[in-house]
Amino acid sequence: MNAVAQPSALQVRAQDFLARYEGLKDRLPGDAAVRTAAAAAFARTGLPGPREEAWRYTSLRPLAEIGFREPLGPLADCAALLAGLPAIEGPRLVFVDGRFRADLSAVPSHVTVRTGTPAFGTLARLDEKLVTLNTMLAEDGATIDVAEGIDAGTLLLISLGSGSHSHPVAFHPRHALHLSPGASMTLIEIAMGAGTYLHNPVTSITVDAAATLTHLRIQNESPDAFHLSTVYADVGARGTYDSFALTLGGRLARMEVHAHLHGEKAAAHLNAAQLLGGNQHADFTTVVAHDAPATASRQTVKNVLTGHARGVFQGKIEVARVAQKTDGYQMNQALLLSPDAEIDSKPQLEIYADDVKCSHGATVGDLDPDQLFYLRSRGVAQAEARSILVRAFLSEALDPIVHEEARAAMETAITAWWERQSV
Amino acid sequence: MAAVAETLDAVQSVTESGYKWGFSTDIEMDIAPKGLSEDTIRLISARKNEPGWLLEWRLKAFALWQQMEEPEWAMVHHPPIDYQDVHYYAAPKQKPGPKSLDEVDPELLRTYEKLGIPLKERAILAGVEEEGGARPQVAVDAVFDSVSVATTFRETLAEAGVIFCPISEAVQKHPELVRKYLGSVVPVGDNFFAALNSAVFTDGSFVFIPKGVRCPMELSTYFRINARNTGQFERTLIIAEEGAYASYLEGCTAPQRDENQLHAAVVELVAMADAQIKYSTVQNWYPGDSEGRGGIYNFVTKRGACRGARSKISWTQVETGSAITWKYPSCILQGDDSVGEFYSVAVTANHQQADTGTKMIHIGKNTRSTIVSKGISAGHSNNTYRGLVRILPRADGARNFTQCDSLLIGDQCGAHTVPYIESRNPTAKLEHEATTSKIADDQLFYCRQRGLSQEDAVGLIVNGFCKDVLKELPMEFAVEAQKLLAVSLEGSVG
Repeated sequence: MNAVAQPSALQVRAQDFLARYEGLKDRLPGDAAVRTAAAAAFARTGLPGPREEAWRYTSLRPLAEIGFREPLGPLADCAALLAGLPAIEGPRLVFVDGRFRADLSAVPSHVTVRTGTPAFGTLARLDEKLVTLNTMLAEDGATIDVAEGIDAGTLLLISLGSGSHSHPVAFHPRHALHLSPGASMTLIEIAMGAGTYLHNPVTSITVDAAATLTHLRIQNESPDAFHLSTVYADVGARGTYDSFALTLGGRLARMEVHAHLHGEKAAAHLNAAQLLGGNQHADFTTVVAHDAPATASRQTVKNVLTGHARGVFQGKIEVARVAQKTDGYQMNQALLLSPDAEIDSKPQLEIYADDVKCSHGATVGDLDPDQLFYLRSRGVAQAEARSILVRAFLSEALDPIVHEEARAAMETAITAWWERQSV
Repeated sequence: MAAVAETLDAVQSVTESGYKWGFSTDIEMDIAPKGLSEDTIRLISARKNEPGWLLEWRLKAFALWQQMEEPEWAMVHHPPIDYQDVHYYAAPKQKPGPKSLDEVDPELLRTYEKLGIPLKERAILAGVEEEGGARPQVAVDAVFDSVSVATTFRETLAEAGVIFCPISEAVQKHPELVRKYLGSVVPVGDNFFAALNSAVFTDGSFVFIPKGVRCPMELSTYFRINARNTGQFERTLIIAEEGAYASYLEGCTAPQRDENQLHAAVVELVAMADAQIKYSTVQNWYPGDSEGRGGIYNFVTKRGACRGARSKISWTQVETGSAITWKYPSCILQGDDSVGEFYSVAVTANHQQADTGTKMIHIGKNTRSTIVSKGISAGHSNNTYRGLVRILPRADGARNFTQCDSLLIGDQCGAHTVPYIESRNPTAKLEHEATTSKIADDQLFYCRQRGLSQEDAVGLIVNGFCKDVLKELPMEFAVEAQKLLAVSLEGSVG
């Protein structure tokens, strides 16, 4: 390597983030020691680059071209964005540009919620560079606790990028969610916005023994936004982390999920659908660590790609030596609906126990011409026939969602997306 | 005439027919000093009396290699390799071989016996000098250490117009062919080990099948590693012109060793329109002892280019040996309607590590590829399938089917699957399946209650697990491979 080489665009952007930290560090809330360690790590490692195996399909280059600053100024007016939210009843926590807005929120009664400071938690690791960035610059977040045996019902966690600033903004909310033994809850996360911004949330989720978290996400960010989220989910004995993530928005998006099944018979479902058009790029990356006997994981990931869109799926199942009787299943399917769309898929098994049942499958292709013909021969118009087949393709991932309102909201969003595409 | 005797003859004739740097006279110079530098490369090139362009080519590879870093992405672990502690050139020793099988290491013979190798072939493999023996059924280009010195059946092949000779000889006799195709599939700077090979390769096989010729016999090479501390850097180049067909068998045995040995071969296949190349490997090198000491490091680059329309390249491999295997036989499907196949069985036991798979690059229209990989891990071993299927935008109607199955025997081993699937064409169809499991108790019970021993039962079940791949092997190899599987897993069951 040439010592006098020009720093890359990513290095320049990393330096910029560090400079922002230097300017802000005395004012940022929360544990200063955690933050200092993160800043030191970030100064060393910077942003993930294309030579890293975990980032081989997703380049942060477009992000590097934009100078982000903090959202300053008066409280943004989000009436238009709020009006566009799907109609889902229930208590809600609303964050605008990464900051909690009590005036827009309705705090739930069955759970303890604390805001105003980032919820660093203990799960996040500083070897994830975006998590390090988040730790260094996080300003706010929700700490949510559900007590033992409580069914906390539904909670909405809403993030809005207000788009009311004269410059691109970056926000790094940091949430932590803890379900005590036997507790249950449905968390519905919705991310929307306007304008150019970077939304880099990190969420640490602890599901204790026999607890169940249903985590539904709708990522419908602004077309110019960057959405880079990381979720850590630790699941104890007989606990369940049941998740579905729908990706529709953003210019460049990545959802990364690290599920750690450390108690006997713990289970994780990491289902997702990515619907992309134009020049969108979205990446769904998961790592499921089976670390106790008889644990189970299920993943069904669907991609529908049009225009010049690029979809990425990376899924890794790790089975430790102690995790006998593991059942791991992963299915990744992609529909390429245009000649310029691209799918890159990397399902991966890493297995150190012998008495296991692990499998994965992947398929890539266009709509089946025979199926299209069948519908056309029954008088269904071309566009309608395609729409029917795409919905059928997605249904396998959507069907397990039991929350009626959430599923309806997703289906509405999918319909709206489909109508925007001219395919 | 047995192989060694023939070897000696061939050395004699080659030496007399113009190898002015002939190695028969100067014992001191049989092995180049340890270490790698431009001088080493110049020495190798001079020894082999190579034309200037080849030396340039080697030096270019060496320059690139010096700037490269050893890849770390494979799921294998080994102490750092000191590339300066390797002999890069060794000519075969002129010492006589054993006079009969009685003089051969009984351990080696037991292995042959278990593998069911015919007595005559055993003698050849063990290097026994024998007079007037029957000829082997396959054309053997025996590579003893680095210099390929014996080739049989050459006349029959010559009649058909097939060229099958050591690549060093091809450089002398067919320089235009070598120059045209060498490095055209695996460029000099392709990867760390290929660049190293390009710089220092000493010998290997060269096959040229002219237009419309169906090669009259299976072509075979027995690679063997004999000299201590000798890196093996074979270079194999197979060209099938339009409508030609060749089936090539590669088999390996190596005597026991305490030191790790580096092996970095490169194999290049070129298939023109309507041509077919079938390349089969049974790799059975010394895997190290039960504690993981010793054994061969097998870092191989194998790649075939389906250049013409309707061409086909098929790789079949049974990998049971080597301490570490790093090997991805690949197909570049350039011609429309071309076909690539990869059938693999990889067995690891004790402390072996294998990271193997394939790459299928679909460029032409209606190209098809099939990948069937069976990994079996036992003992403390780790076995990884790593494969890439890439569909480029022009590859309308491309088709891929991939199946990777892993079998775990024992709870101290690992089985991993790392497929990469990339598609940029909506008319392409790709399917991928992978499973991991162990030998089912009910299968074992069924076999045991019919009187099979535990080991025989496991052997039977493993063979069934691998059947899809084994049936692709030419007959010469199929029987041997089945027994090899059982032998490789000996002692790991129970």
